[in-house]
Amino acid sequence: MSVDKDNVVKIANLSKISFKDHEIEKILVDLNQIIEWVDQLAEVDTDKISPTFSSFEDDKGMKKREDIVSDGDYREDITINAPNSEEGFFLVPKVID
Amino acid sequence: MKKLTELCLYEAREGLLNKDFTSKELVLDHIDKMESSRSLNAFITETPEIAIKSAEKSDLKLIKEENGELEGIPIGVKDMFCTKGVLTTASSKMLSNFIPPYESTVTGNLWSEGAVLLGKLNNDEFAMGSSNETSFYGPVINPWKGSNDKIDLVPGGSSGGSSASVAANIGLGALGTDTGGSIRQPASFTGTVGLKPTYGRCSRWGIIAFASSLDQAGPITRNVRDNSILLKSMCSHDTKDTTSSSKEIPNFENAVGRSIKGLKVGIPSEFFLKGMSNEIMEIWDKGKDWLKNSGAEIIDISLPNTKYALPCYYIIAPAEASSNLARYDGVRFGHSVKSSDINEMYKATRSEGFGDEVKRRIMIGTYVLSSGYYDAYYLKAQKVRSLITEDYSKVFKDVDVILTPSTPSSAFGLNEKSDDPISMYLNDIFTVPVNLAGLPAISVPAAHDSNGLPLGLQLIGRPFEEETIYSFAKIIEDCANFKNIENQWWLK
Repeated sequence: MSVDKDNVVKIANLSKISFKDHEIEKILVDLNQIIEWVDQLAEVDTDKISPTFSSFEDDKGMKKREDIVSDGDYREDITINAPNSEEGFFLVPKVID
Repeated sequence: MKKLTELCLYEAREGLLNKDFTSKELVLDHIDKMESSRSLNAFITETPEIAIKSAEKSDLKLIKEENGELEGIPIGVKDMFCTKGVLTTASSKMLSNFIPPYESTVTGNLWSEGAVLLGKLNNDEFAMGSSNETSFYGPVINPWKGSNDKIDLVPGGSSGGSSASVAANIGLGALGTDTGGSIRQPASFTGTVGLKPTYGRCSRWGIIAFASSLDQAGPITRNVRDNSILLKSMCSHDTKDTTSSSKEIPNFENAVGRSIKGLKVGIPSEFFLKGMSNEIMEIWDKGKDWLKNSGAEIIDISLPNTKYALPCYYIIAPAEASSNLARYDGVRFGHSVKSSDINEMYKATRSEGFGDEVKRRIMIGTYVLSSGYYDAYYLKAQKVRSLITEDYSKVFKDVDVILTPSTPSSAFGLNEKSDDPISMYLNDIFTVPVNLAGLPAISVPAAHDSNGLPLGLQLIGRPFEEETIYSFAKIIEDCANFKNIENQWWLK
């Protein structure tokens, strides 16, 4: 498969990254080179194979803990790195008109 | 007496316990070395004040014999580990102002055993790279030089600051992270010992996430014994990471020096690459001979899906990265660009905050996860990953370890490969399959090439059999008798 300029603009939009026109040309070349290279996986027969999402085997799967509060009460620490915060809340530009 | 920076970790441990010197003396010598080695650009943040304070505390504990296993030992930490109150950047502009309000589990484990933080080490941006050239803070310079001493070489990546600092004797060890070879490849390029533990051995909590199903923390040191000591203190079962293993943590150091008599070593035919240099082939053969002469049996094996590991990795790792890096939105932490429109704020923040390689991987990851392509790429890659994992499970019924070269070449020059993503990705051809299968593996320095540069051999083990790896690695270390850097040209 390959991507064109419109695809790149769409993927960039999904990625919330903007590229200048000359950057789009470059990323288009890079993406197509990488996609062409990973396309070789198509030749592998995986019809009867189930996917591996994690190699974690210990205790056969991820552990679930009890659903209880075990942590918290440091709102100030959490907002300390925020560019804009007020009274323990993160501030963002107005979202709804 | 040796200079204190010339000691290795276990020698320093002994010296401290024997009261030959204090932790403060040891740490001050290392701070001097760190400051006079700035031309290597290995550190992003130096923490001399923290180091001196910790050393003073350690000295009191050593006097009272209340010392931890790493009491008073200065180490460097890759800037992917969150350290409470100390700038943690992931070598990205995006986090160039981020001071974590919490400590990663692995670093926390080290401090509670008495280790001393020298500083935070440079790496490829968000650990994405194989040469440390994608760092927002500039490349790290390899302390090794080839025959042409005008050419600066890369220290490998992404743990380039870790490998360079350990090779240059700035710190008695360093922490790295390895997602596709980021500990082992730089170790190979700098003549150091680097281990990627089994997935789940070390907690990922507080490590800045790149690809969560592949990321694993590990130690880089100047010898095998030091490596086993550092690993022991890094490991713990951590309820804050659901993939953290509850398996017992052995005293890895006991395995160093253990006999390998009667154990079996697999040599995978698929790792013979067309066009691979004779020097790599020779050192691989030497490695086989060393192990054979120490009583191990050498067996030819096949890992038929090896050639698909890299393309598989370059779907899975970017996919996970694109999801993990969605959190950098300029709202809660990190770089932020003001705008009256929230979408514009996200886009401007991310376009300014991320470098080219990170953007490239986010784009690839977003593409392979996007509607219409998910099955063809992402799901396909996860199925191929099953086949790769199966290859290893099968051969590990017959062999105890697998021996391969660590890298297809020795360290290359700065800017030599930075324009061609795929040629850069090919650096990790021998290391990536290990991450996909979640296995432990080490790179041990084995020889110098004709240009005088280090070459490493890789040993891959069964899940949670780091001990076996250390036993084999020690044999290679003893047989290779690898000589470290002689000319410390970078000192000011």
